[in-house]
Amino acid sequence: MLETLGLLANGFTIVFEPQNLALIIAGCALGLFIGAMPGLGSVNGVAILLPLTFLVPPTGAVIFLAAIYYGAMYGGAISSIMLGIPGASTAVATTFDGRPLAKLGMADKALTAAAVASFVGGSISVVLFTFFAPPLAHVALVFGSPETFALMMLAFATFIGLGGDDIFKTLFSICIGLVLSAVGFDIISGEPRLILWDITGFLHGVNFLVLAIGIYGIGEMIWTVEEHNLGGGKSMLSEATVTVKRTIANLRELLSSWRATVMGSFLGYFVGILPAAGATPGSLMAYGIAKQISKNPEEFGKGALEGVCAPEAANNAASTGSMLPMLTLGIPGSPTTAILLGGMVIWGLEPGPRLFIDHSEFVWGLIASLYAANLFAVIIMLIFIPVFIKILKTPFTILAPIIFILCLIGGYAPTQSMHDVWLMVVFGIVGYLMRKLDYPLAPAVLAIVLGPLAEPALRQSLLISDGEFSIFFTRIYAGPIMVTAIILLFLPVLKIGYDKFRHRPA
Amino acid sequence: MSVRTAELLMALTMGAFSIYLMYKSAELPIGWIDGEGPGGGAWPFWLATIMLVSCVGILFNWFRRHGPIANSEKAYIESRVLMDIGAVALSLIVTVGLFSFIGIYGALPLFLIFYLRFLGKHSWRLTTTLAIGIPVLIFYFFEVTLKIILPKGITEPLFIPLYKIFF
Repeated sequence: MLETLGLLANGFTIVFEPQNLALIIAGCALGLFIGAMPGLGSVNGVAILLPLTFLVPPTGAVIFLAAIYYGAMYGGAISSIMLGIPGASTAVATTFDGRPLAKLGMADKALTAAAVASFVGGSISVVLFTFFAPPLAHVALVFGSPETFALMMLAFATFIGLGGDDIFKTLFSICIGLVLSAVGFDIISGEPRLILWDITGFLHGVNFLVLAIGIYGIGEMIWTVEEHNLGGGKSMLSEATVTVKRTIANLRELLSSWRATVMGSFLGYFVGILPAAGATPGSLMAYGIAKQISKNPEEFGKGALEGVCAPEAANNAASTGSMLPMLTLGIPGSPTTAILLGGMVIWGLEPGPRLFIDHSEFVWGLIASLYAANLFAVIIMLIFIPVFIKILKTPFTILAPIIFILCLIGGYAPTQSMHDVWLMVVFGIVGYLMRKLDYPLAPAVLAIVLGPLAEPALRQSLLISDGEFSIFFTRIYAGPIMVTAIILLFLPVLKIGYDKFRHRPA
Repeated sequence: MSVRTAELLMALTMGAFSIYLMYKSAELPIGWIDGEGPGGGAWPFWLATIMLVSCVGILFNWFRRHGPIANSEKAYIESRVLMDIGAVALSLIVTVGLFSFIGIYGALPLFLIFYLRFLGKHSWRLTTTLAIGIPVLIFYFFEVTLKIILPKGITEPLFIPLYKIFF
């Protein structure tokens, strides 16, 4: 406990270095902006901007990206409330009551509630994070290859068991991500592998960023072009009057929603830890529960403050929660943290529990930066609400080409190869076409990041056991993890069987 | 093309791609090698096999019309947005194609002019400001600050004086 506080204090000394502080503030502001733009969320921002972080050391880079992640969670509420369009999928639940409040002329109240609830959610979860992470990492230190592989199976199984998408399409998405990560060289024999159509560009493999920017940059923008009809649809921006006096009055009124906010924070944090769940389902669940425990459930959907507080607290808490498995186990809890994990590999860090020992300043710098980012994001949001509302008026046809250009250069920068830029455009277009058919794409991004870690884990495990798969079931930690994974894998089948049984004609 | 037809075509294409991946993986040993464990091709081979099985599953659901996608007779991409999406996708492909010939600083202004002026219908003033301003910012940020040299194509000689100033 005391040791943790000491490490955290060290983290703060890193955070308060002028450059890192500047990175946090810039990251929060950028994240708020990205979150506020309809169609762009934290995952898009982090994917597109990761190549820009090559300039700073790893700690600064991860602090910057984590601040974007945080800022985007705050920012998502802005367009949910002002436009009625979720700024990111994580802010869908915020539209349910945020939009009605805005229509009643209380947009400022809804925005203040969103900011404060986000702050509470972020604060509670970051404290939980601080005290959960070191023991978990400590346990994980004894993990060998079988445990690592079992954990990865668990991560993928959550997508199938809890993701709610078509099982075959989810399975396809996971496997294609893993296969793409196997392109290049066989790490053990050193032979070239899967050089598709004998194009030499595949010799250096498929960089996870190429897939991530392809899907979350180019594919997402094409998706948005379709939804916005090239900006033809006029926005229905609400008006908001923001004065200091009104803000203080709004803050007072918020006290009555504390139950929903605290519930949302805890729920969001624990849902966020699960790879397939994360901020979107977390916030939707929080909304549902807030309605059930509310004294005035009939007000939900008509402009209940609790209906804004619960999901906003939950989505911020979930974003912190998803970092827990990423830092301690090397298994990302969300697509955004998958990209952060991929970034760590680029920066030369080996993800996993040893990070806490080998790169203590990186880990604690990141954790301390979450405290700081949380504080800065709420301050920036409360002060600059009018500015963000103005930004929402920027036509999409100005923003879109700029984002496309950032994507193209972002795809080129890591490897400086035109092959990767072409591949990224192909992934973007194919990803868009697949997304239209409800293929989930997040599992593929998670898989391409985890692939290079999963394959050696599997091969080493099998080498230890001389080819016996029982090694994954007989070890003290690997066994229960693997069994949980298998139960999750068969959950959809069990559910179908149960439904059939229940609806059986008597 | 209806969503239902697109679903069939996508599953068939991805199924064929899975078979190709299985074939490519098998170029390396996919069986057990004594003392080395599974061969280098085993991991991608079995994953590609699962991909193929998934595609067969998707096709099976398609035939028995299971789920909303397999039943949807709506247009896959509505005609009102098809032109927009086509224009955006094509302009991206042309821009990337031009990178190698007239360089990034030739291609990006053209892309911006096309997008802002012809797709976005913005004023010429805004269009030219951004078409010049954004490439200049990119040069400063990526080439001067990050030292990442972007493709120039035939415009390379024009940049030699600039390199002398900044490097």
